[in-house]
Amino acid sequence: MHVLQRLAYGPSARDLAEVKRLGVDGWVEAQLQPPSEAALPAGLEAKLQAFPTLGMSMEQLVEDYPRPPREMPREEKRERGPARVAFERSSARVLRAVESPRQLEEVLVDFWFNHFNVSEDKGVVKWLATAYERDAIRPHVFGTFRELLGATAHHPAMLFYLDNWRSTREGLSQEELRHPKRFRRQQAAAMLELDGAEDEEAKPKLGLNENYARELLELHTLGVNGGYTQDDVREVARCFTGWTLRKPRKAPAFLFRRVAHDADAKVVLGQAIPAGGGEQDGEQVLDLLADHPATARHVALKLARRFVADAPPPELVDRVAKVFLDSKGDLRTVYRALFQSPEFQSPQAHAAKVKTPFEYVVSALRATDAQVEVTPRLLRHLALMGEPLYRAPAPTGFPEVAGPWVNSGALVSRLNFGLDLVGGRLPGARVALDAFAPKQAPTAVEWVDGLGQALLGAKPSEETRATILAALSRKREAASAVDEAPPVDVPLIAGLLLGSPEFQKQ
Amino acid sequence: MTAHLSRRRLLQALGFAGAGLVLAPSFLSRALAASPSEPARRALVTVFLRGGADGLSLVPPVEDDAYQRARPTLALKAQGDHAALKLQGVFGLHPALGALLPLWEQGRLAVLSGVGLPVAPRSHFDAQDFLESGTPGRKSTADGWLNRALEDASADAPLRAVALQPTLPRALYGNAGALAMGRLEDFRLRRGGDARQGFSSLYAGAVDRALQGAGADAFEAMSRLDGARLSKLPASPGVTYPGTPLARRLQDVARLLKGDVGLEVAATEMGGWDTHVAQGVAQGAFAKRCEELGGALAAFAADLGPKLETVTVVVMTEFGRTVKENGNQGTDHGVGGVMLALGGGVKGGRVHGRFEALTVDRLQDGRDVPSWTDVRAPLAEALRACRPGVDLAKVFPGYQEGTPLGMFT
Repeated sequence: MHVLQRLAYGPSARDLAEVKRLGVDGWVEAQLQPPSEAALPAGLEAKLQAFPTLGMSMEQLVEDYPRPPREMPREEKRERGPARVAFERSSARVLRAVESPRQLEEVLVDFWFNHFNVSEDKGVVKWLATAYERDAIRPHVFGTFRELLGATAHHPAMLFYLDNWRSTREGLSQEELRHPKRFRRQQAAAMLELDGAEDEEAKPKLGLNENYARELLELHTLGVNGGYTQDDVREVARCFTGWTLRKPRKAPAFLFRRVAHDADAKVVLGQAIPAGGGEQDGEQVLDLLADHPATARHVALKLARRFVADAPPPELVDRVAKVFLDSKGDLRTVYRALFQSPEFQSPQAHAAKVKTPFEYVVSALRATDAQVEVTPRLLRHLALMGEPLYRAPAPTGFPEVAGPWVNSGALVSRLNFGLDLVGGRLPGARVALDAFAPKQAPTAVEWVDGLGQALLGAKPSEETRATILAALSRKREAASAVDEAPPVDVPLIAGLLLGSPEFQKQ
Repeated sequence: MTAHLSRRRLLQALGFAGAGLVLAPSFLSRALAASPSEPARRALVTVFLRGGADGLSLVPPVEDDAYQRARPTLALKAQGDHAALKLQGVFGLHPALGALLPLWEQGRLAVLSGVGLPVAPRSHFDAQDFLESGTPGRKSTADGWLNRALEDASADAPLRAVALQPTLPRALYGNAGALAMGRLEDFRLRRGGDARQGFSSLYAGAVDRALQGAGADAFEAMSRLDGARLSKLPASPGVTYPGTPLARRLQDVARLLKGDVGLEVAATEMGGWDTHVAQGVAQGAFAKRCEELGGALAAFAADLGPKLETVTVVVMTEFGRTVKENGNQGTDHGVGGVMLALGGGVKGGRVHGRFEALTVDRLQDGRDVPSWTDVRAPLAEALRACRPGVDLAKVFPGYQEGTPLGMFT
């Protein structure tokens, strides 16, 4: 159970059987090495195939799903504009998390996307986030940290989201800009295109932008206490000048523009970066950061927080950080060290974490064996609980720890989701509670025990059972005036179980 | 038990609690608020502008030459088309905040310039964290300043601290129960009392303390509040809220205030202020945000009408932005910024705080407006005005108050 709670989105009937078949260690190892060609189950594959945008290039997406004119009716906008791209992307995330047998991969995609967060609320990221997850995150979650870092650093979504594409060396004048003709044409066109919608007043003008450099140090690598200074931020920003985009609005692609690059020498974290390095300056910074002990610690802490506890034991973090450094950031080795640690396996780690809204929703769909066709309504539930997919409001991504998620308002949203799901009021998810009947015509007690076993993975505690039975009998008393033997209110039992404190934990 | 009846017990005694509704009758809340042992209190509403709002554009020092020089394309002008609206001294108001000008003229809107954290992290994450924890420079603080401001008061009031946003902001973390709701209308269970009573007992027995607390708050609050009904409460006659997210949130805050549900502090927020690129001047991205902010606040004030006297609104952000515009017609993370305050107890029609011409020699690190005023100063003053007797040493541990600002009374 524990490995399914943490390395998967909670138990599903099929994955429970898989763990039994392979044994815990065997299952974990299989999750760490998913066979590369493993086809997804046909049902899931078919659902994903129905979303054409998932496989399209950024250029195609921008072309085929243009920003709709204001007067277009809402339904049409939803089908033909970028909203469609966003909907298919979120739907695929939910469907894969619910149905993919490669559960650990899904958990890691969520983790690393969040670590290297971009938000579809910012400009062209709406069109780019699909490719970002598909090309920069997913293929590298079992690779090295340096690969992930490099893939995100080069990706148009990141270059745009943290503004690096517009960062140039200081003092680059309009005259110099004119020098290579092609450069001027593209740059000017790109700037005008970007600004057209947002701000008519802006004219192309160039200079240093620190945004990516700062978040690269603070969020992606060293961590906020990683020992860098404001000067380091500036120097890193100088190294990345020229890392920009070709045609950001039409066919976004990475481009190194020499004329925009600051060719002088720099010093980053005390290390000299000699003049004239060009595009390699940025690569050198990434090398330096990927190998840095502060990065190892920061990544180890975040992984331990995700997989073990909100405040993981410092010794565990130290050990995992060492594995990170020793293995040169080989992520599979790092994960394995974490999963094999006594801290991960200790009883204290069991059910120690509160599920995020996404984890809650997906685990509920898995536990109830729901037939899922994602709908906007289902995605809206996530937004109400505080986790609108692909729209984390800050570069920090969504929180990993319980604090921000546990409050009474969000809790009400969770309870409502559970009630809607089992009450047949959630368009996009069908649950057949009858399939959980422990035997023919079960009594209320048998239903509570049976569903408890199925949904919570164990027979409910005495208190929980008594509480649910009391709720049922209140209901029955109210009904008995009209009907001598009312049927057991199974949706109420299931709703209470999905909303219960036990089900909020993983 | 304390000498006077707590609100909840009084309501229970009168048979209101658990009755499904409740808008407590206003005679009751008046009776409670005006108990002689407790001085009158005001509700405190905070609006957090996330991303580091550019104070030099919200309330631009248009008459300062150094400001105009540092921002050749971004400075607002003192005269001409799209000029800033004249406030006081060198300062103008961003023209897109024009909806707030009447409140300024009535003396109900005040500005504090050069306000910020005493440390300069220049990272959104750190700066928001320090501001919301109320302990600048200390990362280990677990709770938030706004929550600590509540702990001295009697408990048993599930709706005393509400965040109108889906997740609880850091400033409201802590022991005094606080709840977050995306929208008022969502704060109800979509099944009858059988489910509510069931959940209520399940959460009462929860092993996880945080879940237990959240559950207790939720069910207590739901028994007190009929979210569905209150969420339909219309705005006062003649008032129309703009259709923006902030306006919707502030309208829900106004409903909670008008519904007399015992609201003491409310927090909400608005994003989109991180203007590194193409910030715009009198029009454009930044101006759009101003329009949303100004329109929402003005509608909120008009909706509350005379009741605004019992409410203080504070608008804050994690830092100001660089004095000089950057290469992308935007501005980068800076230090000192601007705070707005409006409502009861606000000494309005004035720009408070210190201002120095923005020449490089007077800037922090040669680039930023310094935090001339520690952001804890106005917050402490607002708390003292709204919640007499508040233990400021607990709210802002280690903070030594300086000369009063005279911004709140």
